Amino acid sequence: MDHLDRLEAQSIFILREAYKKFGKLGMLWSIGKDSTVMLWLAKKAFFGHCPFPFIHVDTTHKIPEMIAFRDRMAKEYNIELIVHTNQEALDAGMGPDKGRLVCCKALKTDGLQQVVTKYEFEGLILGIRRDEEGSRSKERVFSERNKDSEWDYTNQAPELWDQFKTDFPKGNHIRVHPILHWNEMDIWAYIEREKIELVDLYFAKNGKRYRSLGCAPCTGQIDSNAVTVAQIIEELKNTKVGERAGRAQDQEDSYAMQKLRKDGYM
Amino acid sequence: MDIAREVLNIVVVGHVDHGKSTVIGRLLYDTKSLPEGAIDRVKRIAKEKGKPFEYAYLLDAFEEEQKQGITIDTTQLQFRTDKRDYVIIDAPGHKEFLKNMISGAASAEAALLIIDANEGIQEQSKRHGYILSLLGIQKAYVLVNKMDLIQYSEEKFNAIKQEMNEFLTSLHVYPLKYIPVSAFHGENITASSDKMPWYKGEPVLEAIDLFEKDKGLEGKPLRFPIQDVYKFDSRRIIAGRIEAGTLRTGDEILISPSNKVTKVKSIEYWVEKDKVDQISAGMSVGITVEDEFFNQRGEFISHTYDAPITSDTFKVSLFWMGKNDLVKNKEYKLKLATQEVECEIYAINKVIDATTLENLENASQAKTNDVAEVTIKTKREVCFDEFRNNQNTGRFVIVDGYDVCGGGIVTGLAQERQSVSKFVKQDDEIIVKCFDEYYYVVTEGGIKKIEGVPHSFNIGDVIPSTGVTYEYPAEFNVVDIKTGLTAIIRKSKLQDIILLKHLTYEQSPFIDSQGAFVKIHSEEDFNKFAADLEKLQQAESSRTAAFANQWLDFMKFRQIRYLTATKSLEIEYQI
Repeated sequence: MDHLDRLEAQSIFILREAYKKFGKLGMLWSIGKDSTVMLWLAKKAFFGHCPFPFIHVDTTHKIPEMIAFRDRMAKEYNIELIVHTNQEALDAGMGPDKGRLVCCKALKTDGLQQVVTKYEFEGLILGIRRDEEGSRSKERVFSERNKDSEWDYTNQAPELWDQFKTDFPKGNHIRVHPILHWNEMDIWAYIEREKIELVDLYFAKNGKRYRSLGCAPCTGQIDSNAVTVAQIIEELKNTKVGERAGRAQDQEDSYAMQKLRKDGYM
Repeated sequence: MDIAREVLNIVVVGHVDHGKSTVIGRLLYDTKSLPEGAIDRVKRIAKEKGKPFEYAYLLDAFEEEQKQGITIDTTQLQFRTDKRDYVIIDAPGHKEFLKNMISGAASAEAALLIIDANEGIQEQSKRHGYILSLLGIQKAYVLVNKMDLIQYSEEKFNAIKQEMNEFLTSLHVYPLKYIPVSAFHGENITASSDKMPWYKGEPVLEAIDLFEKDKGLEGKPLRFPIQDVYKFDSRRIIAGRIEAGTLRTGDEILISPSNKVTKVKSIEYWVEKDKVDQISAGMSVGITVEDEFFNQRGEFISHTYDAPITSDTFKVSLFWMGKNDLVKNKEYKLKLATQEVECEIYAINKVIDATTLENLENASQAKTNDVAEVTIKTKREVCFDEFRNNQNTGRFVIVDGYDVCGGGIVTGLAQERQSVSKFVKQDDEIIVKCFDEYYYVVTEGGIKKIEGVPHSFNIGDVIPSTGVTYEYPAEFNVVDIKTGLTAIIRKSKLQDIILLKHLTYEQSPFIDSQGAFVKIHSEEDFNKFAADLEKLQQAESSRTAAFANQWLDFMKFRQIRYLTATKSLEIEYQI
């Protein structure tokens, strides 16, 4: 087994644990590269089937290509898709002009919380990785959230030998992180090896491409001429810029992500 | 793309404030593993907080951690050397966060144990050392940090090295290296320090490349715990991760504990390129089998010739992290591989102070952060291996309420504590007193019997034919006067147990189960004895003494020795 085989095997083990343990389980699909890799891993774990719904929390500020890709792939992969929007907040005029963190909290965190409450999810699969930012580097694979989706990060449960937290009071839910142990380079190498189709925003057009995908107003492009996965891998080998440098909400404050994530952000 | 590169997980442990996060921060900084802006961000935070720059801020990402200057939860970070990639795990040093330290250390293959040169070995230095030994992490270096505070003194370094080595050796943790460093000043981190020319070893960065990765799980006996059974389509797929060994299409397999035998029909896959006919340790797989029994999560698939242990009672070593004490007569949940079963603590054999290694006498519970040796009894039989034979299937966690509160390793099967020695052949057994020793105790003015260490001798076992006060020949027979069962000893080994009446006389002498010689010198004597014994067994017990006086000679193979006092006398079998 090589490095990617080991990463894949561990992720599949985690996905299967989640499926076995949670009656109400859903996977968050942001249309980005990480959650698209997770979709692929789920197909592998369950031998071509996807035995739980995929959830897209749509802020309505997403880049239009993302929505087109989402709808096409959902059909091709034959998956059940739940699209949810925090319409109440939008009707009240919520947008990035109200402040980036406020907007993220309302349209993403609260939107997600609404889905969890509506469908009574016990388990929610998310594609976060430890190498993305500080508070994620301290995450557990099975991470408990209370009924308000809050994360008690100063008192996390012990997690050893792949014996994950599967006991919790009713009303709480578990965030399952199958690719927590992957890094950005692993994701790209795996996409290259498995030939996984991605939204083409990741590939350069007119000298620019997206390295990390989010909402249009808060996601910047980087200078790049990489038009293939192999070229992206080559480009990443030589960069010193952080992956999420183009994500405006991260830069709002020294502890922006920690604060967002404490309240239930992905 | 060098995706085949090796990855090694290293945990960094040690007492609070001994500089774990600083060592890691320095390693990341010196290997240029930090993204642009990370250092600037840390400088900004330090300034905002009015504190000097700390490498530790790179890892202590939580605001609470940076404010208080402590690590609350473990962080995993990646960096690379020319040789391979590393996941480096920063574990908290506060006793309060021991459960987080354990979570971090449990996923590591190697460890760096940091000791402050100025403060020396502290409570958590030892406790963490103990936990490494329990987690089975044998590859460890000790980094003696803050050498600048002791003027880079070789003498003080050696004193710490000697003290720690004594402690760790008693735990069977043998540090491969001791490295003197100053993480803050970067001495002996990436390059050899000119401040410590007396240190001839490698700096940390070179030294970690010398850790050798574990190999060979594929060659061990097959262990494939069933994770789930899928029936999404016409296939009935048994899914799970292979924890050890290798499995091929067509192999005959045993499913434990239900004890069913079948063959592997196919190895399943989704993408054509993943099609294989052999799968091995570490892989998450799915198979179909020829006989569609009812299978369920938790069962173990093995080869028929190398089954796991199946039992409901076993001995373990564990560490306890629960808020509530670990006690007897309480229901817990045990999770081992994919098995989950209710269990209780049958016996608390020992509670150990992990910092002094002293046994807490007669402890009836284990408190948080204690290490204990206990006997566990599960509600139904579970499959496992001893930890020393297979780490993946020899460790478990204990859930109390909603939380994982303990983790441990299986050290062996529990045997009933016995009070007598016996010869055993299946259902037949003879309780024997022939290995007891007799002394005339001068201070007590009388003869005293000292019983041997209780032990069960099975067929083929060597028996202690010579003691301090007795000496039996190498070939003899032990007859149980009550039952007529006779043990045949040949070449000092228990060869068989049969009824006297089924025995053919062969000249070797007879003793009774107390060790007295039975006065049989010929086949005629033997036949007469057999007849008398039969009569005795049917008669009143009052005739036993007459029978004994006629047939038994207690002193033939014994002598009584003098002894000053019985105290401090321990009899051990000399085998």
